Amino acid sequence: MKSGSRLEKVLESGAFSVTAELGPPQNANVESVKKKAKHCIGNVEAANVTDNQTAIVRMSSIAAGVIALECGLEPVIQMVCRDRNRIAMQSDILGAAALGLKNLLCLSGDHQVFGNHPDAKGVYDIDSMQLIAMVKQMRDEKTFLCGDEIKECEPKFFIGAAANPFADPFEFRVMRLAKKIEAGADFIQTQCIFDIEKFEKWMKLVVAEGLHKKVYITAGLTPVRSERALKYMKNNVAGISVPDELIARMEKAKDKEEKMEEGIKICLETIEAVKNMEGVAGIHLMPIGWESVTPTILERAGLLPRPKV
Amino acid sequence: MIVADRKPLEEILESIKDFDKIVLMGCGGCVTICFSGGAKSVELLASQIKIARKKQGKEIEIIECTPERQCEFEYIDPCKEKFESVPVVLSIACGVGVQTMNERHPDTITIPGLNTKFMGYPVEHALWEERCAGCGNCLLEWTGGVCPIARCAKKLLNGPCGGSSDGKCEVDKEIDCVWQIIYDRLKKLNKLENLTAVRKPKDWRTSTSAGQRKVEFKEAML
Repeated sequence: MKSGSRLEKVLESGAFSVTAELGPPQNANVESVKKKAKHCIGNVEAANVTDNQTAIVRMSSIAAGVIALECGLEPVIQMVCRDRNRIAMQSDILGAAALGLKNLLCLSGDHQVFGNHPDAKGVYDIDSMQLIAMVKQMRDEKTFLCGDEIKECEPKFFIGAAANPFADPFEFRVMRLAKKIEAGADFIQTQCIFDIEKFEKWMKLVVAEGLHKKVYITAGLTPVRSERALKYMKNNVAGISVPDELIARMEKAKDKEEKMEEGIKICLETIEAVKNMEGVAGIHLMPIGWESVTPTILERAGLLPRPKV
Repeated sequence: MIVADRKPLEEILESIKDFDKIVLMGCGGCVTICFSGGAKSVELLASQIKIARKKQGKEIEIIECTPERQCEFEYIDPCKEKFESVPVVLSIACGVGVQTMNERHPDTITIPGLNTKFMGYPVEHALWEERCAGCGNCLLEWTGGVCPIARCAKKLLNGPCGGSSDGKCEVDKEIDCVWQIIYDRLKKLNKLENLTAVRKPKDWRTSTSAGQRKVEFKEAML
């Protein structure tokens, strides 16, 4: 065991894993973290606690992660390269480990121009690849990035990374995954999948390279309640592929209720599709602003109860 | 070359509002080529200022001058008689020119009329793009001669990130994804293996992280 986290144990056991997402509030309200955690407790292995996602200031991922942990929800702490240099990151990695956190997802981070402080100076001292390698170095070699020894209590994290099969250049995406594995990633969460065909094409290349045997690949899913959300992503979010057919399906649904049902159905179909693909070790649910749907989807997908490990 | 852009006229007028006589000093170097600070720009800006001040009922006298380069003593010293009796010089050279003037001629205040932007070149007529960030440790050898430090919004060394789409950067669809360019270039050169190894974190001391930098050419020192 690298970290002993629940997520690691479930994936190691060979069971199909489920993770979800918990966005910390734009304030210091403990209750709102607890409220969001409720939808996840007992239903998922762990939940990603996002790090100022879309570059909007929120409660720190480590703080919110500790609150989640206290409620009985294992967090996956997200850490982005946008806001901290290598000194602050290593310091926070030690702090997170000291507070009992065991999963860390290493990301470049949404660029600051998208957030509520577009005038901020981006740090990007190291990139996500180097962050993965740094967390692994701290864990396995018991040294800091500079080479100094970590004399005791090295931080032991189950190291996560992101992969986007829908970004360009497509041919490079498998190579980039291989690099993340070489850097030290233990598990992967993909960008949200709407374009099953393209995802399958990518997975086949991943399997052909044997990469699925070196890392746990979990498929990212975002259930949506309206065609508006799909259109927004299609037109405004770089690196997301949304087939027109899905938009048409959502448009066809008449009212709010029907649209919600259609959104859930699309998500269930996607779960079914990825479950049957070789090399997919689990799913990562990202119901943006619709956290309450998590238990419904998992129940209907036959993914509850979660395995005991 | 160094590329600069003129400050808005309102900002320039505000910075010289207390003076009724100024020297407007251009530069015959980089900023002449990028149309922001050469003799023609000096002439144009001088007329704009005079017209604006006339409208305000506060006429101004402007002495024009454009040395070959504003960033070397030997070129600015001969202009001395022009600005000696004038309290302020409005410089439309790059930031280096403004500082050279202030250091060499401290009794005259030299203020900037340009915003100095980057090192780059004209990719087409009248359009300049950034190409070098002066990081002090050139890596163009393995990137196919294309710089991710100057051109990637996240300064990635192991790019492209997940926001690269149709050759464009997630930050702005008008910006090319430099990692797509690097990928295409290395593919063409049959050197994609340059991208397989995990590149180590950069030592930023050679950049702006360790204080002011100096370059010495010992052999030529007097």
